[in-house]
Amino acid sequence: MDLIRISNVKKTYKTGTTAIYDLDLNIKKGEFVFIIGATGCGKSTLIKMLYREEKPTSGKILVGGLDVGKIKDRKVYKLRRKIGVVFQNYQLLPNSTAYENVAFALEVLGLPKSEIHSKVMKVLDLVGLKNKAKQYPNHLSGGEQQRVAIARAIVNGPKILICDEPTGNLDPKTSLEIMDVLQAINELGTTIIMVTHDIDIVKKLNKRVVLLDSGRIVKDYKEGEYSSESI
Amino acid sequence: MKAFRILGRNVRDSFKSVFRNFSLSLASISCITITLIVVAVTIILSFNVNNFTTIIEKDVTIVAFLDVDITQEEIDEVYDDLIVLDNVDKDNIEFKDKMDTTKDYMKSSTIFKSIMSDWTRDENPLQDTYQIKVTDTNLIHKTAEEIEKIDHVDVVKYGEGMVEKLVSAFEVIRKITLIIVIALIIVTAFLIANTIKITIMSRKREIEIMRLVGASNINIKLPFIFEGLILGVFGSIIPMIITIYGYSALYAKFKGQVISPLIKLIEPTPFVYLISLLLIAIGMLVGMFGSSRAVKKYLKI
Ligand SMILES: Nc1ncnc2c1ncn2[C@@H]1O[C@H](COP(=O)(O)OP(=O)(O)O)[C@@H](O)[C@H]1O
Ligand SMILES: [Mg+2]
Repeated sequence: MDLIRISNVKKTYKTGTTAIYDLDLNIKKGEFVFIIGATGCGKSTLIKMLYREEKPTSGKILVGGLDVGKIKDRKVYKLRRKIGVVFQNYQLLPNSTAYENVAFALEVLGLPKSEIHSKVMKVLDLVGLKNKAKQYPNHLSGGEQQRVAIARAIVNGPKILICDEPTGNLDPKTSLEIMDVLQAINELGTTIIMVTHDIDIVKKLNKRVVLLDSGRIVKDYKEGEYSSESI
Repeated sequence: MKAFRILGRNVRDSFKSVFRNFSLSLASISCITITLIVVAVTIILSFNVNNFTTIIEKDVTIVAFLDVDITQEEIDEVYDDLIVLDNVDKDNIEFKDKMDTTKDYMKSSTIFKSIMSDWTRDENPLQDTYQIKVTDTNLIHKTAEEIEKIDHVDVVKYGEGMVEKLVSAFEVIRKITLIIVIALIIVTAFLIANTIKITIMSRKREIEIMRLVGASNINIKLPFIFEGLILGVFGSIIPMIITIYGYSALYAKFKGQVISPLIKLIEPTPFVYLISLLLIAIGMLVGMFGSSRAVKKYLKI
């Protein structure tokens, strides 16, 4: 059974721009999928529809059996608890420490303090930031900030982690460190969908690659296919 | 338990936010304060005016002076004519013999006493009267005219327009007051909405993250609603103090009455406390109303 089923989805913005045309895509539980393509080809639009930041104009999106397009605005939070999201610009609270930033995601859900503490420390350990828990974002490097963001995204144990150009602001070495973290998370069972521009990373990881162009999927490479074809 | 944790967190956040944006909060609080002071003054005025009106209304009496040479039979006839009139309060028609009136005069001053003491009924130039109460003060003029037309009624006297003018003036004051209060409340609600809007803007990132990690809408809205409520409560403190101490002082200064003993002020207890409760309730409601408007508009949830 596919975790994500996108069938015949079209997205036209209010401005009249159509970002996605008649798109079909299925993703299985536990997969790691790269979404690549030129700027403006609709990558962000596609993943925004998965966590219901945008609604498809037509077609159907099922996430874990849930018809995402049909969720009422006030029920969207239920979907969000199953999906973690990470952005290029980290989106951290500047006046909160690394620990507080991660804990925030659990506090707003009303978890007890002791449970928050153990969960936060566990994910900070997973992303390799246990010793920087008390640091504020502006005292952390870009890579470290992104790790805090990743920790926050997964602390509630989501089934899916969506990353929109998570290494966009990072140097190659740091980018690879982030990819190690993401792979570790993937190996623990979380499905990962990552939008990226970074072809080197895509080639190196040998994962499934979906190539978009002007709102359409032009190629869906299985694991290992992408790097062998383009070399 | 979970709900309490979320609630606790929200209340803490709201207080933090009030102090973080202190100058802005202060502006909102001052605005509520000013509004509520005006509201307090107008409500106190309005209630007192209402009180005057009812006191005066209760006291309005038409005095029908009967012919000097009226007989007992004719006096009874006048009574029969009076009780059939619509606006006349049937249980409140009182006949006053001219000899009784004379006695009243004699009691009130020694001069009257020396002049009137040897008047006999036939010599007495005063007139017998009927003291009549009406059920509806607004129709008093018409009723007085009807009474004047009754046989053997000589002249009719009552508040003579004074009362009507007073009553309608109070009526106008009451309406103007109501309009001012409503206008002020609306303005305040808008100002609070603006304050909350800026709080929302300054916490945009936080809200985005809350939505992203799956905080429910009510959980996102609650801190802002609380913030409005806190602004409302802070804003009503000074107006409440002014109401409680100010009105009591005023009452003591005027010894509970204005102009004449007829126009009595409302006693401070429990009046001022009821008004204070009303003020804080208005403050809280306006605060919450303003903030939920802002939340609806700027959070789009
Ligand atoms: N909120 C929006 N309103 C209108 N048009 C948008 C919006 N977001 C994206 N677009 C348009 O949709 C197209 C796809 O954008 P996007 O999905 O962000 O592309 P990518 O992430 O691949 O760079 C672009 O032409 C962009 O201008
Ligand atoms: Mg994009």
